[in-house]
Amino acid sequence: MIRTDSLQFTYQDTQNNTFCFPDIDLPPTEDILILGPSGVGKTTLLHLLAGLLPPKEGDIFIGDTYLNKLTRKQLDYFRGQKIGLIFQRAYFIRSLTLSENLILRQRFPKNKSNRYRREELIMQLGLSNLENKRVYQLSEGQQQRLSIALGVIHKPKVILADEPTSNLDDANCENVISLLKKEAQTCKSSLVIITHDQRVKTHFDNHIIL
Amino acid sequence: MISKPLNTTLSVLLLILSISLATFVLQVRNQLNQHLENNIKPFDMVIGAKGSPLQLVLSSVLHIDTPTGNIPLEEALKMSKNRMVKEMIPVSYGDNYRGYRILGTSKQYLIRYNAELREGKLYEKPLEVVIGDNVAKKINLQIGNTFTSAHGLAENTLETHTKKPFIVTGILKPTGTIIDHLIVTNLESIWEVHEHTEDHNHPEEEHEEQREITSLLVKFRNPIGALQMSRFINEKTAMQAALPKLEVERLMRFLGIGFKVVNNISIAILFVAGLSIFINLIKTVSERKQELALLRTYGVNTFQLIKLVFIEAFFLSFVGFVLGWFLGRISIWVFSVFIEDTYGHLLVFDFPNQEELLLLALVILTTFLASIMASSSLYKLNVSKILTDA
Repeated sequence: MIRTDSLQFTYQDTQNNTFCFPDIDLPPTEDILILGPSGVGKTTLLHLLAGLLPPKEGDIFIGDTYLNKLTRKQLDYFRGQKIGLIFQRAYFIRSLTLSENLILRQRFPKNKSNRYRREELIMQLGLSNLENKRVYQLSEGQQQRLSIALGVIHKPKVILADEPTSNLDDANCENVISLLKKEAQTCKSSLVIITHDQRVKTHFDNHIIL
Repeated sequence: MISKPLNTTLSVLLLILSISLATFVLQVRNQLNQHLENNIKPFDMVIGAKGSPLQLVLSSVLHIDTPTGNIPLEEALKMSKNRMVKEMIPVSYGDNYRGYRILGTSKQYLIRYNAELREGKLYEKPLEVVIGDNVAKKINLQIGNTFTSAHGLAENTLETHTKKPFIVTGILKPTGTIIDHLIVTNLESIWEVHEHTEDHNHPEEEHEEQREITSLLVKFRNPIGALQMSRFINEKTAMQAALPKLEVERLMRFLGIGFKVVNNISIAILFVAGLSIFINLIKTVSERKQELALLRTYGVNTFQLIKLVFIEAFFLSFVGFVLGWFLGRISIWVFSVFIEDTYGHLLVFDFPNQEELLLLALVILTTFLASIMASSSLYKLNVSKILTDA
């Protein structure tokens, strides 16, 4: 599902540190953890896979799509349809409510919102009764769970999660991991998780270390 | 932008202010022009006593100033021998009833202004009057009513001609001209009212010798006639000739400076409004960078984000323009109610005209430029960086 070939990336603005990434070849429905100390480019790799950064060298394939060849606009569309991003920190449209944020995610880039799917996720993540709350009224843990819902609600082919459990207590952590695994299974998507979290490592077999 | 109601309200208010000011001034100028033109159109020249030509036109044609004096009827009528003169209408006035001027003239005057009777009949005998539409409405005079005039042209003048009451015989339809604000009668009425009591025994003699009028309104067969004749009158007689068209143009030139200043002020405010909308947009874009970057990860492309900025900007401009336009019109309406009592200039509430559409185009252009500049940073939006720097 995900295949990278001698991937390299250089940040222009810093001391021109070049990151060289190990090749990844992940079959569909397989999961992988990306481990490693801070500053080795874990998030950079994730953003390369999401098409948010253009690689300096090397190729990226997601499914049958050769990411390097897509235009900006095509990349935006592809990302919206096929990729689910879960960020280290939760990002929302602040002026909207919890369920409005989910509806917005469902509608883009060109889809219909599905109420059943929404309610299912809200229930599974323990966010029931919070649907009409503004997102800034939610607790940090609730926000984190909402951002996970936003990452999977459109049934992406690849779920890219950056430290998804860092702000969660043990119970919620378990909950989130099992939800991510279950979603990946039912949607037949690949799951790529960056983590430091010991609680997460025990649940996955595959990993690469940067 | 909705999350910053104060800033948004301020820039829309600026826009409303500038649009209402600009449309108000344009409207006042156009309506004033139209009004003056309607009133002077029937006549090419005014002959009256020596003095300021502008005053003569203002008093005898537009009825908003005091007359320059009187002229002898005999001498004035000599001018009608000129073959270029098509028509001469003597007017005489000096009295009012509750602030409305009583104008003694021939029936030709009414015909010149296309005035028609709404009810009743025209004046036949001295002291019979027809009243303009506005007079009838404002002081509620009806056919058969009688009133006594007051000496002078302003309301509340103390001296009244109590012995000679006027009687209303007809009410005119609205014409949109000065006639709506006049009480019209024949020349004899004016003379009769002003006869001194001691002369009462010999009224006929009195008339033959001393008949005077305020001025003479002249229509020529050929506009060149007005030029030739006015030169002759001004140089060879004790009277003065003024050309209403020329004087009104002069007046509008003076006023034009004022209109221009106010117009420039409103353009300056429009510029500030545009700038304020622009700054607001830039602030919105930079404050909501994270949300815009998030939308990019949802599959929204740069062009669609720019569209959002444009929609926001144009929505605000549209609201500002429409509200400003209405405010301008409401001010015009309030203004017209106020001056209708004073000068009798009626201002009409009408649809957007060409100049206002030009103003709209200017607003659209300003908004467009502001949106383009504000959205330029969206091209360079570094989604990865924005969503990493927590």
